[in-house]
Amino acid sequence: MKKNKSLLLSGPYVLWMLVFTLIPLGVVGYYALTDPSTGVFTWGNLRDLSLFLPTLGSSVWYSLVSALICLVLGYPVAYYIAHRPPVTQKILYMLVMLPMCMSFLLRTLAWVGLLESNGIINQFLNLLGIPSLELIGTPGAVILGMVYNYLPYMVLPLYAIIVKIDNRLIEAAEDLGCTPVQVFSKVVLPLSMPGILSGITMVFVPAVSTFYISQKLGGTDTMLIGDVIERQFKSAGNPNLGAALSLVLMLLVFICTGIMNRFGSDEEGGVVV
Amino acid sequence: MSKELIRLQDLTMEFDGERILDGINLYFNDHEFLTLLGPSGCGKTTTLRIIGGFLTPTSGRVLFDGKCINDVPPYQRQINTVFQRYALFPHLDVFGNIAFGLNVAKLPKAEIAQRVSEILEVVGLQGFEHRRIDSLSGGQQQRVAIARALVNRPKVLLLDEPLAALDLRLRKDMQNELKRIQQAMGITFIYVTHDQEEALSMSDTVVVMDKGRIQQIGKPEDIYNEPKNAFVADFIGESNILDGVMLEDYKVKFFGRTFKCLDAGFAPNEPVDVVIRPEDIDFVPPEEGHLTGTVTSVTFKGLNYDIIVDFKGFKWLIQTTDHQPEGATVGIRLNPEDIHVMRKSEYSGMFGDYSSYSAEYDELTEDAADEEE
Ligand SMILES: Nc1ncnc2c1ncn2[C@@H]1O[C@H](COP(=O)(O)OP(=O)(O)OP(=O)(O)O)[C@@H](O)[C@H]1O
Ligand SMILES: [Mg+2]
Repeated sequence: MKKNKSLLLSGPYVLWMLVFTLIPLGVVGYYALTDPSTGVFTWGNLRDLSLFLPTLGSSVWYSLVSALICLVLGYPVAYYIAHRPPVTQKILYMLVMLPMCMSFLLRTLAWVGLLESNGIINQFLNLLGIPSLELIGTPGAVILGMVYNYLPYMVLPLYAIIVKIDNRLIEAAEDLGCTPVQVFSKVVLPLSMPGILSGITMVFVPAVSTFYISQKLGGTDTMLIGDVIERQFKSAGNPNLGAALSLVLMLLVFICTGIMNRFGSDEEGGVVV
Repeated sequence: MSKELIRLQDLTMEFDGERILDGINLYFNDHEFLTLLGPSGCGKTTTLRIIGGFLTPTSGRVLFDGKCINDVPPYQRQINTVFQRYALFPHLDVFGNIAFGLNVAKLPKAEIAQRVSEILEVVGLQGFEHRRIDSLSGGQQQRVAIARALVNRPKVLLLDEPLAALDLRLRKDMQNELKRIQQAMGITFIYVTHDQEEALSMSDTVVVMDKGRIQQIGKPEDIYNEPKNAFVADFIGESNILDGVMLEDYKVKFFGRTFKCLDAGFAPNEPVDVVIRPEDIDFVPPEEGHLTGTVTSVTFKGLNYDIIVDFKGFKWLIQTTDHQPEGATVGIRLNPEDIHVMRKSEYSGMFGDYSSYSAEYDELTEDAADEEE
């Protein structure tokens, strides 16, 4: 009876997963392992992947750097919010969420307008008599775009964890002789670990597969794996290779989050990130 | 026990305009075992938190060795705390928790291991070094909290109801153990409890608090035998408290009779509260008694009977091993040492009347019956 009920309740979700996740995944797998022209089974697409290893590497690198910058920027913000009175906390929380209500594309385009060779920043510099800077088309611009877009994904999980740290633990640490800095390093930071890990995951995963940011803000030398995949499906017209690349990227993300989770449970003993 | 170590001067604490501590004046001697005793919400924890440095008093000063430490942060005070709800670090195991203070003090590894294992033995948790905190029972966590503070050998240890989560047997054992540790290590204990028996049996000095004010300070015997007002008399043990008039030194009148007593120093004919402890009263045959009354209820309590006797409409609690049947007419004699006289206070008339003793009981059962319907 009970079993039937829970089956009934989870039914829609299972159906959803089946239709929109598992079946497409199967299709991706099918494409990845078949020849573009003949449609017969082949490892060929996967063999070609070595060509794209550098791109994959730089995608991972950009995303990691962005995630770390988000952490450094986001932690103080989250900590600050968590230590305000409850009402202020709610308002600040909303403010952090606010950019997420705006289209991702618009947010990125706004940066284009700012950074362009004759964009707002350069116009302003020129006005002050300073020659234009090359802002757009640089790795810095791509990372800026990632950090800007994904920062809330770092702040929110961090805030959720930090706000739950029991103030009495901080008092206990002070009582046992910790200076404020030691209180942070010995108690607050270790207890924030689950938030840090989930924040990094939440930034890293979308950043590593993004294509729009690098297309708009990056140059030719900052092509990311997401761009390559997109191109296979569109202009290059090789969905089989694109599928193979997607598959590998997905695997990579799985491995990364797996390592994170593992790391987290070692530290925290089973806290699910 | 000699030198003064800590002094609280005119301590007042307000939260949102509400006065929680009201003019606390108190000193603690070196090596003393002092207990703050009082009902829930009377400000015990608040007082401890001020001494520990976690709260800044609204006004008044905390002196340590004669120096004002109001502005000294907790980590610079030679004081450790056993917190009311343990506050153990969930990210560390038992060893990590206990070694925390020693690690902060950067002691050599070998010494840390040595001291932790010593203290684990004291609290009876050998072999628990690598257990996770959330895998411990409440009582075990409480003992880890005690060990975590004690291992630092502080000059002063603040303990906020450290034994509240233990069962009776373990509590008794830990009481003895804490007392032994306190004497052996020469630490000043400032102990908070609302268990009067615990306070009386462990302390050198008991401070009875209520509503943010100190009601009485004294040795356990003095607090018990000579309570200052009706609140203390009622809070420490059971008491029958009666209205009386102090005719002159050593003569008090109540129930229309004059009794000899041991108290003096009151104004002639001053109205007073008279305390008679239930266990000090012995039955005599009615014709020999100072007072005669009727037994209205008898409850077996193991060690003794709780007997309620109606004297002219005022009901007394009498604790005795001498069984009397309900409805019996009994007499009692009151010797001068059985009578204790107190000045009237704001608490007069609020405590010490057992008229509702049995009625309360009936009401409770009725309520329970109502709820079932
Ligand atoms: N931070 C605070 N803000 C507002 N009120 C507080 C605060 N801390 C304590 N109080 C109030 O002060 C009063 C005394 O609290 P305290 O914790 O000192 O009581 P206690 O004697 O330790 O009681 P218990 O035996 O229940 O632990 C209570 O009424 C409590 O609500
Ligand atoms: Mg308390």
